[in-house]
Amino acid sequence: MTRTLVVVGHGMVGHRFVTAFRARDHERRWRVIVLGEERHPAYDRVGLSSYLDGRGLADLRLDDGELAGDTAVDLRLGVVAESIDRATRTVWTSAGTPVRYDALVLATGSRPFVPPVPGHDLPGCFAYRTVDDLDRIRAASGEARDGVVVGGGLLGLEAANALRLLGLRTQVVEMADWLMPLQVDEGGGHTLGRLVERLGLVVHTGSGTGAVEAGQDGRTRAVRLTDGTEVPADLVVFSAGIRARDELARAAGLPVGERGGVLVDETCRTEDPRVWAVGECAAVAGRTYGLVAPGYAMAETVVDRLLGGSATFGGAEPATKLKLLGVDVASFGDAHSTTPGALDVVHANAASGTYTKLVLSDDARTLLGGVLVGDAGAYPTLRALLGRPLPASPEEVLAPVGGGGLSADAVPDDATVCSCHNVSKGDVTAAITEHGLTDVAGVKRCTLAGTGCGSCVPMLGGLLAGCGVEPDRALCEHFRHTRAELYEIVRATGITTFSELVRTHGAGRGCDVCKPVVASILAGLAGGHVLSEDQAGLQDTNDRFLANIQRNGTYSVVPRIPGGEITPEKLITIGEVARDFGLYTKITGGQRIDLFGARVEQLPLIWRRLVDAGFESGHAYGKALRTVKSCVGTDWCRYGVGDSVAMAIRLELRYRGLRAPHKIKAGVSGCARECAEARSKDFGVIATEKGWNLYVGGNGGFTPRHAELLAADLDDRALIALVDRFLMFYIRTADRLQRTAAWIGAMEGGLEHLRAVVVDDSLGIAEELEAAMERHVGEYADEWAGVLADPEKVARFVSFVNSPDVPDPTIRFTTERGQIRPGATDGPVPLPLPVIRPEAVRA
Amino acid sequence: MRWREVCRWEALRPELGAPVLVDGHLIALFRTEDGELYALGNVDPVSSASVMSRGIVGDRAGEPVVASPMHKQVFSLRSGRCLDVTHPELALPTYAVRRQGDVVEIGLP
Repeated sequence: MTRTLVVVGHGMVGHRFVTAFRARDHERRWRVIVLGEERHPAYDRVGLSSYLDGRGLADLRLDDGELAGDTAVDLRLGVVAESIDRATRTVWTSAGTPVRYDALVLATGSRPFVPPVPGHDLPGCFAYRTVDDLDRIRAASGEARDGVVVGGGLLGLEAANALRLLGLRTQVVEMADWLMPLQVDEGGGHTLGRLVERLGLVVHTGSGTGAVEAGQDGRTRAVRLTDGTEVPADLVVFSAGIRARDELARAAGLPVGERGGVLVDETCRTEDPRVWAVGECAAVAGRTYGLVAPGYAMAETVVDRLLGGSATFGGAEPATKLKLLGVDVASFGDAHSTTPGALDVVHANAASGTYTKLVLSDDARTLLGGVLVGDAGAYPTLRALLGRPLPASPEEVLAPVGGGGLSADAVPDDATVCSCHNVSKGDVTAAITEHGLTDVAGVKRCTLAGTGCGSCVPMLGGLLAGCGVEPDRALCEHFRHTRAELYEIVRATGITTFSELVRTHGAGRGCDVCKPVVASILAGLAGGHVLSEDQAGLQDTNDRFLANIQRNGTYSVVPRIPGGEITPEKLITIGEVARDFGLYTKITGGQRIDLFGARVEQLPLIWRRLVDAGFESGHAYGKALRTVKSCVGTDWCRYGVGDSVAMAIRLELRYRGLRAPHKIKAGVSGCARECAEARSKDFGVIATEKGWNLYVGGNGGFTPRHAELLAADLDDRALIALVDRFLMFYIRTADRLQRTAAWIGAMEGGLEHLRAVVVDDSLGIAEELEAAMERHVGEYADEWAGVLADPEKVARFVSFVNSPDVPDPTIRFTTERGQIRPGATDGPVPLPLPVIRPEAVRA
Repeated sequence: MRWREVCRWEALRPELGAPVLVDGHLIALFRTEDGELYALGNVDPVSSASVMSRGIVGDRAGEPVVASPMHKQVFSLRSGRCLDVTHPELALPTYAVRRQGDVVEIGLP
């Protein structure tokens, strides 16, 4: 007979419980009814702030439709459980609906604790737990400028990130002397504080919140701290801890823990054998857990018990790894060194902002716990070694910071790799060999390892490699090779066309992934015009029309302005061209001018004018060198110590037209004030009293990164030699669409290895790399001049090959602020229907 | 079927699409490496821009395809259907096309 299991709560743990239960109840002995109070199905509450960074709720959702499509599950959202009648085994909803159960699992989670300070309930004060909370905060953030987060723990920093994403100046108030006092020790907390302040947040530690002050409009105006400081606050978010939601159990006469939480035994069962509790609402032997991993373990325990197993929840060592505000933070085991005789081994680097502490037993052999801030790469390995002898000296384990010190091999077979699903290293390696797994996705599917918090995923890759599995790095279905391997094949064989390469080393006719890659490689090795007969069909549309495609199918035009220096005459030419062709103009971030709205057939006419005035292609469309931005340097600036403009122009002219795995941006600053923002570029040059410092691997975009120092105090000649080698090494070895930052990040040995190759010539290829760059410089020719000189190439810039005089009728513009912009389109443009003529039908 | 000449065979380069306009229809014309001809609607259904002729031509598991130059959705040159699992509902209209000696012709009903 089918029994009914009722789950109250559809948060992370409730969801995990239901999916794990359904995965194991093959005979469908149970029908599952889930009552969820929120309107939304379960989502990742741990990473809630990413709801605001453009990814939205869909990406946070935990359920990919599996519950909705499961006929054994009845998911009722927006339904509040009001009371439990244990005598009749009924849950009553707030709508007065009875829900009968044979077994009941409470997964009601917790509520934010709001300290009862004066003003805590003023308009402008918010809690931080649900998507609805975030919607309310977002709605209130419109006119707000200053935000205060009360609580500098894990949730507080998540909330601070949310406010930062909403554009608020954000201050964090933490009563303890450092951030995240529960998880990390003092040293780690201070390192974290410095990293967070680098992001522009202000942190107040060691002071409590005295009161929230109201302004004349009755809304929050400021937060007064207990030390008297007043912090401006148009918006206040409380995330000062959580309290278990045990009220349903309390009202039903079930015992609760001394400090709250539904009291359960080690099987997660209450004193009523039909009622269970899991996650943050449960107090296992009196102890509550505020992290998701123990909640998942409780869920698995109850699943097993309900299906006749004998699992127990043996408590959980607090262990967590998170990325808060982009900063890695991890702690595990006895992070606060409370074990008698415990020894600390600490490695801290204030310059790079990393802190690592290992807590060892009194004989310095057994790992008892640890804290990692700034770089938690070593976490999965260390976590697996918890309670075991260290395989190497603590110094070797700690250095180099970045986790390179220990490989997955160092972990014993019976050590737990995935603590969310209790999977050992032996389980993973056995699955790899037995099922012939070849990638991390397969390991996840087979063992469930890595599907919880995900912190062990890097280690799964290491275990695959340890089993001799090479990860699949094929470019696409047409080539089994990586981009770097294809580069070497083309270099060694001297192949000059895609057709020959795909015939001899690939399969099929290629695609939009491999063709542009091969086009880029051929541009560097075989030379010739990028729109030659052989190469034109390999190019992405931007390279095929030597301009940047825009949303309505028109293109933008960017002439090169080396170093951002331009004469008044040339500026006037650009203005005249834009005026005559009716183009929208905008100054770019790379110190040049972008002309938008050009139709395909206008491009050669526009470039005729520009080339005649001495302009050449700016390669804004290519995976190629874009610009070398500069400050005004010693010529004009009273602070400058180096001629940054001259150097920027020299570098831009040297590397223009250089095709690469991705775009390359550069900058040159004339002094350490860094007005050219060179350290946000792929390579950045900063003048010093003794010459130039060269920085590499900077990036803006989605994951901003400062470039790091490769070599210091170089003269002009040495600087150019190093940039030559750096760029050529990048072009030869990087993956498709891999910027220099990611390339260095993925490189074994990282920046140190790069320095060895580029500066110390450890591979003995420096001369060859420089010679390759010399060839590029010698063979450079302006692509647009090349098009204009060839009528066949010009002929491809046409609206319709059979009606070249008719412009594309789908392109429309409106005007805004005195310039054109694409006309509004709502949905696809209606296409004309085929006209059926009677005579055609009769024929 | 009414056949209309749109261009010379030689002017249509292999794997390099060409835009044509026939009785108000915006059409992308393709010639693959093996000499086959295909004609699809030129308007990308995702962006509404008339750009499909500028996409990269290739194959997916042997099926000749063109990738939208705007957001990279891949369409079959034979059926016009989008082959991306994320957009199975998208399709481009297909048109009759043939080679007649030195010229290429599009057929409309």
